[in-house]
Amino acid sequence: MMAIKRLLPGGWLSAYAFLYVAFLYLPVIFLPIFSINTAATPKFPLSGVTLKWYEDLPRTPALIDATWNSLIVGVSASVLSTVLGILAARSITRYRYPGRRAINGLIMAPLVLPEVIVAISMLLVMLQLGLSLSLFTVVLGHVLVCIPYSMTVLTSGFEGFDRSLEEASADLGESAFGTFRRVTLPMVMPAIISSLLVCFTISLDEFIIAFFLTGTEATLPIYIWGQLRFAAKLPGVLALGTLLLFASFLLMTIAEILRRRAASRTRNEGGLYA
Amino acid sequence: MTAAAEGSPPLRMTQVRRSALLQSEPVQGFALISPTFLYALILLVLPILVVFAHSFWTQNYLTIDHTFTLENYRVALTEPIYRDLLWRSLYISLTVSVLTVILAYPIAYFISFHGGRHKSLWLFLITIPFWTSYLLRVMSWKVILGYNGVLNSGLMGLGIIDEPSTALLYNSSAVIITLTHAWATFAILPIFVSLEKVDRTLVEAATDLGDGPLRSFLRVTLPLSTPGVVSAMLIVMIPTVGDYVTPKLVGGKDGVMIANAIQAQFGKASNWPLGAALSVTTMVIVTLMAGATVLIIRAAQRLAR
Repeated sequence: MMAIKRLLPGGWLSAYAFLYVAFLYLPVIFLPIFSINTAATPKFPLSGVTLKWYEDLPRTPALIDATWNSLIVGVSASVLSTVLGILAARSITRYRYPGRRAINGLIMAPLVLPEVIVAISMLLVMLQLGLSLSLFTVVLGHVLVCIPYSMTVLTSGFEGFDRSLEEASADLGESAFGTFRRVTLPMVMPAIISSLLVCFTISLDEFIIAFFLTGTEATLPIYIWGQLRFAAKLPGVLALGTLLLFASFLLMTIAEILRRRAASRTRNEGGLYA
Repeated sequence: MTAAAEGSPPLRMTQVRRSALLQSEPVQGFALISPTFLYALILLVLPILVVFAHSFWTQNYLTIDHTFTLENYRVALTEPIYRDLLWRSLYISLTVSVLTVILAYPIAYFISFHGGRHKSLWLFLITIPFWTSYLLRVMSWKVILGYNGVLNSGLMGLGIIDEPSTALLYNSSAVIITLTHAWATFAILPIFVSLEKVDRTLVEAATDLGDGPLRSFLRVTLPLSTPGVVSAMLIVMIPTVGDYVTPKLVGGKDGVMIANAIQAQFGKASNWPLGAALSVTTMVIVTLMAGATVLIIRAAQRLAR
């Protein structure tokens, strides 16, 4: 009796859980499916399988430019936000001081504010300051929205960090910099790489802020946005979207594995948001 | 600013270690966080203040008139077009947040109470789609719901409908479906975290004292997980009210939201002060709505006990 009672809610719930995961994944799966369809309109049944949409991609100069722009923005934004994230996460996890929670709240705020409002506020200030819009302004914007994610990843890596290891190293005659390089850094390295990957992925996929803050240079999402107006360009967009999807999947999987390794090194449990 | 931040971690750590005895802990902690803090001040707080200031000014073509006026707020609150857009945005974000939380609760409960060894695998499965580009996810809903889309061609293939239905795309339901899908993960995680904190012995105690599974859930687990439900509601409600991409791609005429109007003021219409007033109004009203939601949930929680 007890066993049935235990199983039953779990049984219904697990059926629901599988349906829910299907709901989460189903829409995304249509992108790769229709990206290999010969017809330009995305409908079933598929008219035939082709890779021509993918073959066309490297022959589009505007797309190559957008890819380079995205890479430049992504690398700069992820490095900068991870550096700022390291400082903040270290400070939050290690020190106690008044205003700590308020500052943390402010740094995490972009996570819960409407992106359009964040974007237009930055746009206003940049125009007032006479900054011309370019990839640099996009990087500034991306760093702001990446920091909260970087903080979450790094805090989970830094928390529970055993300070006595650093003290032991100092006691054994290692210099402060040596301690940082040979003790602290190796312990938190997986978390740092994980943060870099997470921020790069966010920057690569981010549209709104880039849309408002860029000048004439397009990043990949802006390129996609421009192509969406033309129905005939859809298959190419689907092919490009599929490649971006796989890139995101891959980067995030590596990031998660590294984050777990970092968390287990400092013997700390919890998900990305826990 | 950029160069200083890049060069600073090793240097700063060194300084921190060296002066460990000289400086107090609060000073060190604050010094360490200050670059990030300053970044957020300059690129978030300052811009929001600038927007706030603009909302009281007026614009003549390219020059901003700095005389204080409430005219923009009058327009934002009384012009039918903006009032309707604002109401629709609030309605959509409230519907989406309630729907998302209701759909997300059982899955968060399942992972927390029945996830067993596979807890982290489930969490990973759920977070992965969220990391894919938001633009692409919205685009895939366009592919599904479109006139020649997956759903229409599927339903026609099954003989359920004779011609493609135009009712699926370009309305506010399409916006609600798309947003509910896009924000799912954001709702699951906070609820999961608060369910993890529920002391399992309390549930056992309720069962031992004669409560059935449903009663013990309603009287113990659900009230204890309220903080997660509250943060899930807020984390979905506030950003969705200002969503731009979804209404633009799948909303059509009936699904336009306030963010599209705000963008227009900063783009084509080129009336920054009005755009600023619309932004401020949206933020204030959504904050009020969020506050009311928190109060209602808390009141419901007290009633349940």
